[in-house]
Amino acid sequence: MKRILMALVTAFLFATSFALPSAAQLQVRVTDGNFTPTPLAIPDFQISGANAELAKQISDVVRADLTSTGLFEMQNPASFIQKDLSLDVQPRFADWKIINTDGLVVGQYEELPDGKIAVSFRLWDVYAGEVMRINGQPGRRLTTTPDNWRRIAHKIADSIYTRLTGEDPYFDTRIVYIAETGPKLERVKRLAIMDSDGANQQYLTPGRNTVLTPRFSPSAQEITYMSYEGGKPRIYLFNIETGRQELLGNFPGMTFAPRFSRDGQSVLLTQAQRGNSDIYIMNLRTRESRRLTDHPAIDTSPSMSPDGDAIVFTSDRGGSPQLYIMNTDGSPRTCPSGGRDAACRITFGKGNYSTPVWSPRGDLVAFTKQSGGKFYIGVIGVDGKGERLLTEAYLDEGPDWSPNGRVIVYFRESRPGAGPQLWSVDLSGRNEQRMQTQTDASDPAWSPLLQ
Amino acid sequence: MQTSLKLTVAAAVLLSLGACASKPKPVAEDTTPVEVVDTTPTPTAPVEETVVAPTGPLAGSLDDFRVNVGERVYYDLDGYRLDSDDQEILKRQAAWLASYPQVRILVAGNCDERGTREYNLALGERRASIVKDYLVSLGVDSSRIDTISYGKERPIAAGSDEQSWALNRNGFTQIVSGSTS
Repeated sequence: MKRILMALVTAFLFATSFALPSAAQLQVRVTDGNFTPTPLAIPDFQISGANAELAKQISDVVRADLTSTGLFEMQNPASFIQKDLSLDVQPRFADWKIINTDGLVVGQYEELPDGKIAVSFRLWDVYAGEVMRINGQPGRRLTTTPDNWRRIAHKIADSIYTRLTGEDPYFDTRIVYIAETGPKLERVKRLAIMDSDGANQQYLTPGRNTVLTPRFSPSAQEITYMSYEGGKPRIYLFNIETGRQELLGNFPGMTFAPRFSRDGQSVLLTQAQRGNSDIYIMNLRTRESRRLTDHPAIDTSPSMSPDGDAIVFTSDRGGSPQLYIMNTDGSPRTCPSGGRDAACRITFGKGNYSTPVWSPRGDLVAFTKQSGGKFYIGVIGVDGKGERLLTEAYLDEGPDWSPNGRVIVYFRESRPGAGPQLWSVDLSGRNEQRMQTQTDASDPAWSPLLQ
Repeated sequence: MQTSLKLTVAAAVLLSLGACASKPKPVAEDTTPVEVVDTTPTPTAPVEETVVAPTGPLAGSLDDFRVNVGERVYYDLDGYRLDSDDQEILKRQAAWLASYPQVRILVAGNCDERGTREYNLALGERRASIVKDYLVSLGVDSSRIDTISYGKERPIAAGSDEQSWALNRNGFTQIVSGSTS
């Protein structure tokens, strides 16, 4: 936030015009080093209908989503001077400037004759004194059934976040994870799903078999995961809508560490047989699979680049678990070191590296690092440069990216003997937050943006 | 009974020899046969005879295998090689399996919690396969042996300390069928 600059520009132009050059508009820079959250005011939405409580809840969720980013600071409603806000009337900017608010959201909740609800909102740039257009429009109106109200709230928060930061949205998403209950020696593990803010938690499997490592398809309707169903550890597809579970492939050995390709047409997986784990890719339509690594070391945890051309994975071919990148088509790759090889090692720091996940933007790989009795979540460039550790704990494991590549979700055991919990951290390393779950939780995976 | 008794003695000796090794071993149960026959002649009093039924594991049973043979081998940190203690246990397993050829086993590879889940699944599979390969090298038919990896999903010690982790890094030979009940 360039508060001073904006204030000067605003003061200069204030008496004559609301129109400002777009360059002076409210803009939140998510990567600034010296960071101060941007003050936003989101008064409870105006109500046209009977269910005032629902209108309040929707505005609560919008505020909570934006606050959770760490980028915004919600202004205290007690400080608001203007009480007579209306969607269609320009706010009195002076009333909002005086309480140091940069952005103001004015919303209106309606109950429609067909039983649906609609929420309209506008985002105002207080210092510029003008409405901030979203997708070219001076506001948005979203309609749905009352039971689906949280998605309206998430979509509003996504619009505001994207408009102010320039980043892609990520609130209207879900997290799938493993819900853990019972004592440590008899752990029950169930597939579970929730909204990105922890609401609507549901179990998807009954817990008769241990299930592990769920991952979303790019459609957000399917999950691939590993289950000990029938006493055999193998990977499955699970359809969230129908609840149908389907065994993937007909491999003689154990299959695990599944992850969808970026186009959703294939699943990358590991097959272990006779003491050796190697990586395969299976086409979901033809069900044919192709072997991608053929090495006596352990090769596992494959994750594909957004363009589909390369795969990052864990291998202990160098003596300890480290991250490597290979070309999907099996051709030799030019490594950062300059040589050409079937796979290029990208981690050389002290300790073990595993669980690589290629970022949706393509430039980074998130990983788990284990060193000196601690675990870390970190990121590294695909060229092996710029390693940054974002978190540290007794156990931090299993990162996955928000679909916009800004936030990483992972699980943590904060101390020896503590059960695992889900956490998230911003790519900057700021804003580490626990995600509330009803039970202990591990192996989180973030869905793409819902359709 | 004769075979079982010999194995009992052998196991007791091995366990006592292994006690100084760095790796943890399961606590040995007292397997001394309790059959006691008092036949001391006493010229003045009538001879009193007490017979106590044997309560040691039945030969060829799950308990016999667990107590007299040993069902787990233990690995070093991040390791999968079998040391001489492990090899002795597996030799006893192979001998026992030779005595009970109808028995089928499942060898599970287990890891401690200080590794990541997927790598540990792979490491557990490697550990299980190495046990299987060793048993096969000792003459056990490979078709009698299945393997599975539980990664870090099946700890046997609940603690979060070096000793518990050492116990949780194991290869576990489980009898799935063919034992005497």
